[in-house]
Amino acid sequence: MADFFAQPPGTDPPPERTAYINARLLDPGSNLDAVGGLLTERRRIVDLGPNLFRDGVPEGIKVVDCAGHCLAPGLIDMHVHLREPGHEHKETIASGSRAAAAGGVTTMACMPNTDPVIDDIALVQFIERRARETAIVRVHPIAAITKGLQGERLTEIGMLAEAGAVAFSDDGLPVSNSLVMRRALSYSTAFGALMVQHAEDHALSASGCMNDGEIATRLGLPGIPNASEVIMVERDIRLVQNTGGRYHVAHISTVEAVNAVRRAKKRGLPVSCEAAPHHFALNENAVGDYLTFAKMAPPLRDETSRSAIVAGLKDGTIDTIATDHAPHDQESKRLPFEHAANGIVGLETMLPLSLELYHRGEMGLLEVLAKMTVNPARLLNLPEGRLAKGAPADMVVFDIDVPWRVDVSSFHSKSKNSPFDGRPVQGRVLRTVVGGRTVYRRDA
Amino acid sequence: MQPAPSDTPFRHRHLLGIERLSAEEITLLLDLAESYVSLNRRADKKQDLLHGRTQLNLFFESSTRTRTSFELAGKRLGADVLNISVRTSAIKKGETLIDTAMTLNAMHPDVLVVRHPDSGAVKLLSEKVNCSVVNAGDGSHEHPTQALLDGLTIRRRRGRIAGLTVAICGDVLHSRVARSNIHLLNAMGARVRLVALPTLLPTAVNRLGVEVHTDMREGLKDCDIVMMLRLQTERMHGSFVPSEREYYHFFGLDYEKLALAKEDALIMHPGPMNRGIEIDSSVADDITRSVILDQVELGVAVRQACLDVLSRGLPDLRHNQ
Repeated sequence: MADFFAQPPGTDPPPERTAYINARLLDPGSNLDAVGGLLTERRRIVDLGPNLFRDGVPEGIKVVDCAGHCLAPGLIDMHVHLREPGHEHKETIASGSRAAAAGGVTTMACMPNTDPVIDDIALVQFIERRARETAIVRVHPIAAITKGLQGERLTEIGMLAEAGAVAFSDDGLPVSNSLVMRRALSYSTAFGALMVQHAEDHALSASGCMNDGEIATRLGLPGIPNASEVIMVERDIRLVQNTGGRYHVAHISTVEAVNAVRRAKKRGLPVSCEAAPHHFALNENAVGDYLTFAKMAPPLRDETSRSAIVAGLKDGTIDTIATDHAPHDQESKRLPFEHAANGIVGLETMLPLSLELYHRGEMGLLEVLAKMTVNPARLLNLPEGRLAKGAPADMVVFDIDVPWRVDVSSFHSKSKNSPFDGRPVQGRVLRTVVGGRTVYRRDA
Repeated sequence: MQPAPSDTPFRHRHLLGIERLSAEEITLLLDLAESYVSLNRRADKKQDLLHGRTQLNLFFESSTRTRTSFELAGKRLGADVLNISVRTSAIKKGETLIDTAMTLNAMHPDVLVVRHPDSGAVKLLSEKVNCSVVNAGDGSHEHPTQALLDGLTIRRRRGRIAGLTVAICGDVLHSRVARSNIHLLNAMGARVRLVALPTLLPTAVNRLGVEVHTDMREGLKDCDIVMMLRLQTERMHGSFVPSEREYYHFFGLDYEKLALAKEDALIMHPGPMNRGIEIDSSVADDITRSVILDQVELGVAVRQACLDVLSRGLPDLRHNQ
């Protein structure tokens, strides 16, 4: 059984008119959950609804029978590392886009901590060109906040945004200097640009490599306290108050930081945040006996924080789910825990892990999907993420109930660093459509 | 040599730590070590239990005492013992570790004794080799043979471990000796107190089943055993302690502080000692109280016992021919 992947579009003619029938239409943006049909023409959705194609599909339209499965807007993952340029042995824009397609992700925002760093218009253009030439899903670059991620000089935020950067981040590193962060937040208001912070007080994290607590103590590993995250979030919120800049906390992981964001939102500040599936699907126990696949920054936290992430997703404090897809080769992970690289791949487990929130009855289906579709689209000002007339025809068809086990050996990412290997999950992507074109189809 | 009782087999291929050992397994090792103590005092100390076996002592961190102790233990049991010191650059540590493990494994050793500066490194290595692995200290994680020799020292001097109050004093944060001893003493029914400055205590350490004291006088009160830890200055990555002078003033073991412990309280130290930092010289050398040299002697016996039980799980030599 070989799954189907499209080639990069190149100069392909626009796809033919396609009718998606027998679909459970799910659109979080309009609160739609109904059985019906959807019509795409060229690269856009032109019609949809419960009554569409009720009396059959007219001649000359290609038909995709969804067999009662879910049809939702393609997922938007606003936090991935594609490693190109510079670390192509770990991932490329091409391989990352295939992993995305297999995971139902139709739009990715990729982080700038590549080599060279995406801190210049030419590099934004490079990512866009490579995406056009090699990717089968949409890729939008996030540019650095500071030159070379050095935390000192601001990048050309205005021109980078004009060139296509959808947000700004020094991810992997925090912007530690308060004055630089204040200026970034202030300057960005002129362009409405979103500042994405890897919130960590580096001096406090020091050499820490997992959550500070009993398990770190037993393993003899230096810990990273929760305070390390919330100190930075609290500081930044004060700067947001001063400047009015749009501020987004990447991969939020602690109960304290979730509470800080909740308070800031109540006060009407332009603050948002995202959570990675591993921070609500796992806690620090996953580190077990020095499992380096459970090493990431921020680290897996204790159960109190894990359940606070779920609560934050539920009550809207946490706006989006983003994977922090961080491919690493074997050599980077087959090391003593303290020396192993941070991060795990996430694109191909994003949907089933997020659906756990629905299957466990913690959140409604549309609520879960909103975190991966319309919400990130709004934050990044993208037209994707909706099933609506005129919207880009980016969609995912998935079987919401089918049980399966995560198998890293079947991942399409170049890297297999995932702590979820063997995990029983429910919900599987059957087809991924980008701009009206099927880019992935699971052949059962 | 008396065989290990067959109804309490030691079911581990490696000795990586104390945390997962049961009280029965610990007792088995201590009993067996006991029999080696008297043997080691004879003129002819040599056994042939490990005849034909190859033991490699692989040290990624310098050590005289532990390496020598393992070397003697192996040789007295008749093994061919080789010492390998690997210098590690900070960056390439892990790479060297796996590469070295694979290389040595290809030479068919029967036992690897490994010390490494990173927590968990010995376990990682044990996953890459076919022989038995003994942890001779990994980072701040465990140092199981040290805890066993400490346990044996206490048991010989006091006749038991259960019910005694043991104060472990000093740099607990960075100490693998402390962690292994906490597990062993708890398993054997002792009451464990940790006595340290707050900056030298790991987070949530009370969850390990210990009482915690930050005042040494309070911590030593009525204890049976004072177990001092080395202030590991080489591990100090920041200002854990403002000065050695201040440390000695509040946490150095002198007669005045010792007077708060039981009258016959024993003083232990895993060595090497920083005299004048964590322990006063005259206290360290007080033969009526200090059992520091006993610890060294019993260390060899304990390591013989460990090699002994692990060798019982090795494939029979005859099948290899």
